[in-house]
Amino acid sequence: MDLFEYQARDLFAKHGVPVLAGEVIDTPEAARAVTERLGGRSVVKAQVKVGGRGKAGGVKLASSPDDAVEKAGQILGMDIKGHTVHKVMLAETAPDIAEEYYVSYLLDRTNRTFLAMASVEGGMDIEEVAATKPEALAKIPIDANDGVSQEKAAEIVAAAKFPAEVADQVADILVTLWKTFIAEDALLIEVNPLAKLADGRVIALDGKVSLDENADFRQPDHEALEDKAAANPLEAAAKAKNLNYVKLDGEVGIIGNGAGLVMSTLDVVAYAGEGHSGVKPANFLDIGGGASAEVMANGLEIILGDPDVKSVFVNVFGGITACDEVANGIVQALELLKNKGEAVTKPLVVRLDGNNAELGRKILSDANHPLVQRVDTMDGAADKAAELAAAAK
Amino acid sequence: MAIFLTKDSKVIVQGMTGATGMKHTKLMLADGTNIVGGVNPRKAGTTVDFDGTSVPVFGSVAEAIKETGADVSVVFVPPAFAKAAVVEAIDAEIPLAVVITEGIAVHDSAAFWAYATSTGNKTRIIGPNCPGLITPGASNAGIIPGDITKPGRIGLVSKSGTLTYQMMYELRDIGFSSAVGIGGDPVIGTTHIDALAAFEADPDTDLIVMIGEIGGDAEERAADFIKAHVTKPVVGYVAGFTAPEGKTMGHAGAIVSGSSGTAQAKKEALEAAGVRVGKTPTETAVLARELLKG
Repeated sequence: MDLFEYQARDLFAKHGVPVLAGEVIDTPEAARAVTERLGGRSVVKAQVKVGGRGKAGGVKLASSPDDAVEKAGQILGMDIKGHTVHKVMLAETAPDIAEEYYVSYLLDRTNRTFLAMASVEGGMDIEEVAATKPEALAKIPIDANDGVSQEKAAEIVAAAKFPAEVADQVADILVTLWKTFIAEDALLIEVNPLAKLADGRVIALDGKVSLDENADFRQPDHEALEDKAAANPLEAAAKAKNLNYVKLDGEVGIIGNGAGLVMSTLDVVAYAGEGHSGVKPANFLDIGGGASAEVMANGLEIILGDPDVKSVFVNVFGGITACDEVANGIVQALELLKNKGEAVTKPLVVRLDGNNAELGRKILSDANHPLVQRVDTMDGAADKAAELAAAAK
Repeated sequence: MAIFLTKDSKVIVQGMTGATGMKHTKLMLADGTNIVGGVNPRKAGTTVDFDGTSVPVFGSVAEAIKETGADVSVVFVPPAFAKAAVVEAIDAEIPLAVVITEGIAVHDSAAFWAYATSTGNKTRIIGPNCPGLITPGASNAGIIPGDITKPGRIGLVSKSGTLTYQMMYELRDIGFSSAVGIGGDPVIGTTHIDALAAFEADPDTDLIVMIGEIGGDAEERAADFIKAHVTKPVVGYVAGFTAPEGKTMGHAGAIVSGSSGTAQAKKEALEAAGVRVGKTPTETAVLARELLKG
């Protein structure tokens, strides 16, 4: 889960990383009181999870509380690279910035370790620094169990050639940021810029944080950080039912078991769609191992509730899951939906293979549901589902 | 022969007495796996009966090894306790730990991987978030169904469980030397490269099928390895061409970040290394058949 800047700022403040005062608002009028609290001036910053907001006009200086209301009004509702601005953060106006640095901790998947990155050339896109001046970006592996001690922090500071007058401050910040990284189960913490102000202080001026959702069981505070307003309503409904669902922009609804098989199903449907007016998969939905009738019904309900969906492809390989249970699940799910008064009018193509496939296929044939078609190969079923979606388009 | 797991492997199950552990221990036994014990400190000294096979429960991995000579542990311990379970397996220096558990926090898997590395990698870790591995007809350590296929001469390595099953099913008449599910998490122990190296060295493997998916650069590095070190034919499949950027597709590690980790880049890297890559699992199986016929 990626956080907004204001959420990152709050996390930094909570763990003792130096930041400027700031508050988040979602109406222009609220900017007045906040700006008064911040001393009569503020920096109004669009809260979007995408880079380049400064260039897009999403950051403005407000010289008075009234000006802050006006600037917030200009920025709220703006579209920045496809992201609508629903919130702005008002930050305290800092003394002039003397220098801009960069520091981050992240997971290095390739080397299966954590990595510290630091540069005295902050403020710009770090991928550009890495591409054009790789020598200006220090990369130091961090052992997950040893972490960042004062000595390790000094090593990072030396490797990135921070000026002597800020070395101690930056090292302290690196140690505190590492504690934050661990305490919050973060996958990424990036401070850009880490600014040296005219008065000599070093402050985290902007931050990016990504948190590990697998750690939610020990991070009860993280749920509140979710951006529920931005979630697609179908994705939100699926999440509430514990379904692993991602909305896509095509017409063929997909249900399968196992993340790899479902990803593969999307691809196979997209290929098949090339021969059927370019129809594409409408979603990713992994119902996982024990696909009970209830889980199948929940999944079908979400997918059939998507107005973009014209046909549904249920692709199951019974590993431990038995196909007869899946087939019963489909039959019962259609019954459940009917009893709920939901008219099922979209055709379903079902492919069952693996554990008890014959039994499962027989159950579907015996049920003889007018909307359900059995196709017994994955590629053939994908083609049929694409054909049906194209016909209904 | 096979890789990592043979009929002589002596297998223990960490978390055997939980519901998932019980269910799969029974299935592994039915596939002929030599299961010599379970581990649960609270139930040490008891035994569990699986359809007439009595399996003793030990208080620790070290104790289980001492009493039985176990050399493989399959871990079904829930996410919150999985790190401690794997560290225990590493401390006991068991040669192979297969971590089935899904949903382990990345800080935990990074920590046990760092611990394994700093203590000299005496334990090979497979997973986490994987279906385990099977040497058909000999032994099954994990949750891969034992009845999909028979012993044969294809080696399979895959990030995904169900795609492993699908591919074994497509090629069930030919059979497999071993099939290894390495898992879909961002941090995993055994990689595609480790399995490729083992299959290359295995006299009973004639052809290798490698299944990858979006996220990270494991497939690209595997392609470099194949170019330099693998002489046996390799057929590849990559899932996730239609995955949108920035969305996690089921597996915690399956995410395209910016322009990196795409299925297209992985496919191109594999093809540049001489690997024939199928568009669908079925087409991949057809390619494997063609290559085996020579």
